[in-house]
Amino acid sequence: MAELTLPVLTEMLRKAAGEAEGDAPDLSGDIIDVTFVDLGYDSLALLELLGMVEREFSIALSDDTIQDAETPRMFMDLVNSATTAAA
Amino acid sequence: MTAAGPATRTAPATPGTGDDPAADTAAPSVRPHSGRTVVTGIGIAAPNGLGTEAYWHALLRGRNGIDRIRRFDPAQYPVTLFGEVPDFTAKDHLPSRLLPQTDHMTQLALTAAEWALEDAGVTPGSLPTFDMGVVTANAYGGFEFSQRELEKLWSRGGNHVSAYQSFAWFYAVNSGQVSIRHGMRGPGGVIVSEQSGGLDAVAQSRRQVRKGMPLLLSGGIDGALCPFGWAAYLTNSQLSTATDPERAYLPFDAAASGWIPGEGGALLVVEDEAGARARGASRPYGEIRGYAAGFDPAPETGRPPVLRRVIEQALADAGLAPADIDVVFADAAGVPELDRIEAAAITAVFGVRGVPVTAPKTMTGRLAAGGSALDLATALLTLRHGAIPPTVHVATPAPGCEDLDLVLGEPRPGTPRTALVIARGYGGFTSAMAVSAPRDAA
Repeated sequence: MAELTLPVLTEMLRKAAGEAEGDAPDLSGDIIDVTFVDLGYDSLALLELLGMVEREFSIALSDDTIQDAETPRMFMDLVNSATTAAA
Repeated sequence: MTAAGPATRTAPATPGTGDDPAADTAAPSVRPHSGRTVVTGIGIAAPNGLGTEAYWHALLRGRNGIDRIRRFDPAQYPVTLFGEVPDFTAKDHLPSRLLPQTDHMTQLALTAAEWALEDAGVTPGSLPTFDMGVVTANAYGGFEFSQRELEKLWSRGGNHVSAYQSFAWFYAVNSGQVSIRHGMRGPGGVIVSEQSGGLDAVAQSRRQVRKGMPLLLSGGIDGALCPFGWAAYLTNSQLSTATDPERAYLPFDAAASGWIPGEGGALLVVEDEAGARARGASRPYGEIRGYAAGFDPAPETGRPPVLRRVIEQALADAGLAPADIDVVFADAAGVPELDRIEAAAITAVFGVRGVPVTAPKTMTGRLAAGGSALDLATALLTLRHGAIPPTVHVATPAPGCEDLDLVLGEPRPGTPRTALVIARGYGGFTSAMAVSAPRDAA
């Protein structure tokens, strides 16, 4: 499976947990270092995203690990190092 | 019953003592308190009308919302009719963030909640976040969402099941989602008492208002129309197997053959009358005057049903005599024995043809917890607009029901000032609530 890129991640985020209403930043903007909290996503939304990423990339990450991934960049790093290790 | 929800904040016990200084309010304020609980906002999602205005016009025209099930093919089932809320597309009303995590009935509830708050003139800054609570009723939970996730579980495996299943199925999910979306962090809870629930939730909200909580969103939205949910509905032997939408649900009629379920309901903004005036709310729909609830004795005891006593106690709680009530919104089970019990109770309290009785739910079906909330909203709209909405399709009173003054076929004009709403939940729940027009009205 290919690398998890920001466009792929935001598309999955939209599909898994939708977009926030109100003042949250637009997902199509420069969000790579914006925290998921500031983007309007709670821990359950990230679990939902994680489930989708695990299925698409055929990897398994622990729920605990993913709690440390506070931003899209950190999340992608975790996923991509796991896919590299699995390859 | 005690206050529902986590005791994160103790409401002042004495009326007039105002705000809890510990709450996250900018400055402690003394909020006026009249001790009278009023309804200042209504949001409706009903099988014959989405939105209060569409619903009210549908009622006056006698428009039936019961029809053959469209959401799936009902051909293989013994019951094929239902009251579906028409023309509802969730993404037209809700942000995409809420769609993957909500069942259909929660999407209806979030929409009705927004309408009710808007109707009451409540905006995010209207009141401190801990001064607004949410207590709703629900009887089914999120069946349709659950069916989707069960399909994924058994066809593709557990890692395909949504994390949102953890709460999307749950009875309390409407209260929780509304609370989160609108920042209403005061007392929260859910009441599960089938069709009585809508009234019971509003009664619980009235208790909170009397203890000093400024504002609550209450009522109920219910419904579980999907094959999985239908299997649950069909365990109830009271459902009508008739296939003609105009002949299937005929409460008090000689041809009564059971009832037809439906989805939707109403959410209402409940607050203290003086507090509502102080925040600049427009004229309330009416006042919650009295309430009582009971539970039927087990059949083998031979003791009588509690309905008559519940009606009498609700009137006593309201400080009203039977002659003061201008219209009764009946529970209208559509089950001959239950209809006779209700007719006997109404006649015993109000006399032979002593009060107009109506069942607009003949146009919607019975909406479980949403049903009594919708009846309460309908009663308040009746007080505001004057006309009593009709009971449709009913023609020939059943034996034992002849002494009711049923409002049949057409709305009955008038100026009703008080109404009594009766609700019986499956299994013995029995509640009654009296409402009156606002006292400042001419």
